[in-house]
Amino acid sequence: MIENAVAAISGVSLALGCLLMLSGALGLLRFPDFYTRMHAAGITDTLASFLIICGLMPMAGWSLALAKLGMILLFIFFTGPTASHALARAAQLGRPALAVDGQVDAGVVEEVGSAAVEVEPDSGRI
Amino acid sequence: MLIATTVALLVVMCMALARALLGPTIYDRILALNMFGTKTVLLISVICFLFGRPEFLDVALVYSLINFVSVIGVLRYFEYDAAVRERAEHD
Repeated sequence: MIENAVAAISGVSLALGCLLMLSGALGLLRFPDFYTRMHAAGITDTLASFLIICGLMPMAGWSLALAKLGMILLFIFFTGPTASHALARAAQLGRPALAVDGQVDAGVVEEVGSAAVEVEPDSGRI
Repeated sequence: MLIATTVALLVVMCMALARALLGPTIYDRILALNMFGTKTVLLISVICFLFGRPEFLDVALVYSLINFVSVIGVLRYFEYDAAVRERAEHD
């Protein structure tokens, strides 16, 4: 009875984790703008990782592996938002360099910091 | 089920690499690498259960530490780069 309960829980959460991860990665590719892509990447980094590691936990049972998985989960839980915040802040600081996001995808401003595009930064902000 | 998770993880890692190559700006590339790093951590954990070797989890833990530090390091470099240029423009 316990075995198939464990298998059921881990199976369902692993499947959900994979589904969310694939949808997040698809969003990462298809979204038009950097900040929307960050949202898509955020989903896979936090929720999908949480579901997959929670899916692995019943397999480990009451052992050291369970403690290590908990450590990994805790660490991803803390570093995910911090890294996203640092990334968004750096992108925001480099805002004049990025110029208008719509234009960026047209490859007008390729490398960071080229002041070639004389566009006031707030035009075209969604 | 573990094999399906491994395949899904590998597909997502390829997508992240595609975004890293395509990404128009530097920040897209850093975002893709950050995502690639966390997926590597998950892949190591899943493989650890696939092969039944619990010591791989230490590798996954250390890898997530390194991934976080490297992302912050790269961002610190670009943030400083942009700030210096901004100050140069205003002076």
